[in-house]
Formats: sequence, structure tokens, C-alpha cells
Amino acid sequence: MPPPRQSASVGAVRRSFAPWSDPEAKPLIRFDNVTKRFGDAVAVDHLSLNIFEGEFFCLLGPSGCGKTTLMRMLAGFEHPSEGRITLADRDLAGVPPYRRPVNMMFQSYALFPHMSVERNIAFGLKQDGLPKAEIAARVDEMLRLVQLERLAKRYPSQLSGGQRQRVALARALAKKPKVLLLDEPLGALDKKLREETQFELMDIQHDLGMTFVVVTHDQEEAMTMADRIAVMDHGRIVQVATPGEIYEQPKTRFIAEFVGDVNILEGNVLGQENGLWRVQTPSAEAPLTIDDPDEVLHSDQAVAIAVRPEKMVIRRDPPGPDAINVLTGEVWDIGYLGDWTVYRVKLASGAILRVTRANRSRYVEHPIDWDEQVYVTFAPDAAVILAE
Amino acid sequence: MTRRLSFFNVTSLVIGFAFLYLPILLLVVYSFNASRLVTVWGGFSTQWYVALFRNQALMEAAWVTLRIALLSATLATVLGTLAALALTRYGRFTGRTLFTGMVYAPMVMPEVITGLSLLLFFVAIGLDRGFWTITLAHTTLTMCFVTVVVQSRLMTFDRSLEEAAMDLGAPPLRTFFSVTLPLIAPSIVAGFLLAFTLSLDDLVIASFNTGPGATTLPIRIYSQVRLGLSPEVNAASTILIGIVALGVTTATLLSKRSLLRSQRNIH
Repeated sequence: MPPPRQSASVGAVRRSFAPWSDPEAKPLIRFDNVTKRFGDAVAVDHLSLNIFEGEFFCLLGPSGCGKTTLMRMLAGFEHPSEGRITLADRDLAGVPPYRRPVNMMFQSYALFPHMSVERNIAFGLKQDGLPKAEIAARVDEMLRLVQLERLAKRYPSQLSGGQRQRVALARALAKKPKVLLLDEPLGALDKKLREETQFELMDIQHDLGMTFVVVTHDQEEAMTMADRIAVMDHGRIVQVATPGEIYEQPKTRFIAEFVGDVNILEGNVLGQENGLWRVQTPSAEAPLTIDDPDEVLHSDQAVAIAVRPEKMVIRRDPPGPDAINVLTGEVWDIGYLGDWTVYRVKLASGAILRVTRANRSRYVEHPIDWDEQVYVTFAPDAAVILAE
Repeated sequence: MTRRLSFFNVTSLVIGFAFLYLPILLLVVYSFNASRLVTVWGGFSTQWYVALFRNQALMEAAWVTLRIALLSATLATVLGTLAALALTRYGRFTGRTLFTGMVYAPMVMPEVITGLSLLLFFVAIGLDRGFWTITLAHTTLTMCFVTVVVQSRLMTFDRSLEEAAMDLGAPPLRTFFSVTLPLIAPSIVAGFLLAFTLSLDDLVIASFNTGPGATTLPIRIYSQVRLGLSPEVNAASTILIGIVALGVTTATLLSKRSLLRSQRNIH
């Protein structure tokens, strides 16, 4: 039996930037017990949240979870029914949108159709009454930043979707706001362009040192870009953590299932041995051994065990007699994705597991075939226990 | 699928258009008649147009009509646009249904009733009938048409454009003038032209509310025709038809274009 983990270092480390773990650090944006009701419907429910300066922060959740309302309250288009929002220690209550040091990139881009690209970008600067030369210089700078110098005189209707997205970004960045809000910024782009733009957004945010708050329902987008992700459901925040922690250490079953793919095995706790939990599940003959020392459980408690598909190993030969966490079943489906192959394995209990395998070589002798009897194993620390 | 015109369709189309436009065509043709007799063709001539421009009474009436049309259309455009904004923007305020009904009522109200009730009102408040009473009456009549045209544009207006302007630092009033107004301008102009042409050719309401020195062209023409047909009236009517046709066509094209534009901007 393997020894329990010593230190829990979870997920990939992005940069040495973690003001949220410093108790001395002062947040830039503070939501303090904020509630927003629309008639009888509660869009945001007693929510508290801190966002720090220079963060790339993602609000992630299914549609209707309240993430857009949260962002619109920050922009000033909605007002909290209860609670307080502060920005750099200034209470935002009663401050209209046009006086907030916050700019927003709209999901529909909301480019002014009767203005050229240039004039769209200059719009915000003109409202500040900046001198003409300065406006022109800043517009040029923004056009360079988003690589649209040649399209300055065009009108929005003459641009492609990707170009419009860039104009919208340039317009929102032009005033150098303290916080940039992005509402589904890449939602309207196709997949290839979306991936490129994700990295571009990260570079821009890093270069300008600005605080970005992004609303998205696309977990991949959030995982790629964010320093921290707040997963929202029904107007509440379920977990705020780095992408790595969200993926590897989800707090609830909802998060495990919403972010990435996951296999859930339901069972009951038998007890603890050597710091490892023993869990009996109808999906396997022998009890499973799970290394999740942070959980506090009691005997016979009903739990869900979450294992990511890529952390499971699929094999044809029976594992040795001391093997742990062995599930047997037959191959139900095989999906070949090029970089990955997805196996759907039907267990004796009727549950279907999703197991992925990286295709590291081009040729495989005797590949696993449909309807074949297979064994699926996973390491104790590959699994997370989620209390029901 | 292209649908071929069958014999039946062509016939009904021809009869329909003939029914609508043959009388007008006849009037236009006879305005170029060389003969003094309205019903006998005596060759082509533009003499009645020359005579028309020398006819002091008709020209004066035309001038009054033009001023009333311009002024009442302007008033109707401002009020109608405001009503359209109120109806589309302020959600379900108390009395909204009543307000909508009251705005649209003049469209379906018989003109005789509108004219009569306005007359009673003007008499009651002691306003001397003349130029101003006709202008006000026409404003009442045409406002709802402006509201309909502008409202249909505002329905498809992307509110996030206004939010974007405010987000970028423009207070509400500046947002309205720099973003909302330029975008709905074509429909406002269309509404204005519609109001203008309606005022130009109105006879019923004008005759109820007219007074000394405020004879509009339709009233003048009508009274002349009662004394006997004159080819000058044909010429005046032809010009009037021309202006109205031009106004309505421009209005239709403008509102169509602005609607297309708004649809294109959704994506």
C-alpha cells in the first residue's frame, strides 16, 4: 500500500503571483454580502468575493448562475439589493456607470455602427475631454496593440467577427481602466481563433498589468486564462481557486462535473487505514483506497469518488493480486480523437466509465477492441472524495 | 421558389392598380390639357402650370399649407419620438396600455370626429381659429404616425450600445445625442416625412379648424372645384401628388434601410 502524500501541491503553477494567499494583501474589488433580486428571483445570493490588483479573474458557471449580473453590478448597470461593492476602498453605491474607473467589453461587442474603428476607440477618450493630439496618439497605440492599424477607417459592418472583437477590446482598453470587464469575450469566435485569442488576452493583460474580470460559461477558456476561477451556481460562489485546484481538488460534485470530464463512483466509507480512506462501492468487488487526507469523514458515510478520465489506466491483462482500485468491465465505445482515445467501459454494476489514453505512438499492436474484457485501475491519489 | 404570374394574377393586379390609380392618372394627364374644357382633350400644353403660378389665391394657399405642414410635422416628430421612447424604454409603467391606446387613437378615429372635437376644444379655450389651430390639429393627427415608425425602430435597437457609451464615460444625455439619436435618425426623418405629407393633403380636419387668412391648398381646391372644374386645379393637384409620393417613398425607403441596418448590427 503506498504511503500517503506528504505535501498537497495541486495543479500547475502559472507564475509566482498569488496575492490571495497573502493575508496582508488588500483586495482591489470587494463584494461584501451582496444580494441582487429581480422581483422574486434571486440572481445573486449573499455573495462575498475579493479580487486583487493585477489578477486575471474568471467567473465561471452555467447560464443563469448570476455571473453576468455580478459583472453588471460592477459596471454599474445593476444595483445590489443588499450588500456593498467597493473598488479600491471606494463604495460604488450610487456611482453611475460613466463615473466608474471600470470598462467593459460587451458580449455583442456593442460597437457603434455609425462610427469608424478609429472613432469607436476614441469615444471614451473624448468623453474625458483629452486634447486631440493625445487622443490620436492613444488610438494609434490601441490599434497597434490589437494589430488593426490598417482598418482604422473601416466601419464595424465591414469587419469580420474576429476584427470586431479586437476593436471592442481596444475600445475598452483605451481609457486604461483600473478593471476591465469582459463578458463572454470569445463566445462568438470559432475554435481556432478562440484559442489564439485566449493567449493574446493573457499577454495583453500581463503587459498592461491590468485587472481583468472575465465572465464565461466555457470552462476550458477559464482554465486557460485565469489566475483564479470563481465557480458560480444559483447565485452563489461554490469555489474560488486556481484552475489547478478547481480541476484537481473540486469541492463539490457540481464543480467536478462542470469543469472537465469526471467519473463518479458512489459508495460508503468503511474507515481509515494508514491515513487512507477505504470506501466500499457497488462498482468494484474490493473496497477502494483513496488518498484524500483533507476530508473529514465518518464510517458508513455516503460519498462520491471523483476520478478524472485521464488518471485512469485501462488494460487487457489482469493486474496482480495486490493491485488496488481495480474495476472490471467491457469496452462499450471507443472514440479516437487523434491526440487522445476515449474508451467508454461498462462495469458489471451498469455504470459507464470514461477512460482516456494519450496516443503516444503511431502504431499499437493489438489495440483494445470493442466488447473486450478490460481492467481499469487508478492510483489512490488520483481520486477525490466528495461528501454528499 | 419563383412563382410565375398566372393569367388570373396578372388580371387582378391590373384591375387592382387601375382601380387605385386610373383616376389619379386621368387627373395628371388632363393637367397637361391645352383645352379649357376639363373633359375634352385638346393637345399637350403646360399653360395651366403657368397660370397656376400666377394664381395669387392658390399660391397663397400653397404657402400657408407648406408652413403648416413643416411646423406641425416638426412638432409631431418631437412629440411622437418622445412618446415612442416612453413606450419602448420605461417598461410597464402604470397606465402604459391606456397611453398606448391614446397615442394610436387618432389613427383609427374618423377624421370628422377628430376635427370636430378639436374645434370644440379650441372654441372652449377661446383660441382664435386660423394658422395655429390647424397646425395644432395636424400635430395631433400626425404624431401617432411618427410614434409608430420610431417605435418599430427602437424595438430592434441594441441597448448594449447605449450601455457601452455610458460605460465609456458618456452621461445619459450625451449618450442619447451621440449614439441613440444618430442611429434612429432615419426612422425619425421617415416619421417627419409621413407627418408632413399627411398634413399637406388633409382637408377634413383643416376645414373644421380653419379661420380667416388660413386657407390651405386642399380647402382652396375643394372650394374652387365646387364652383366649377378648372384645369389649374388639376395642375395644383398634380404637384401635390408629386410631393406626397416623393415624401412617402422616401419615408418608406428610410425606415426600411434603418431596419435593415439594425438587423445587420445584431450580428
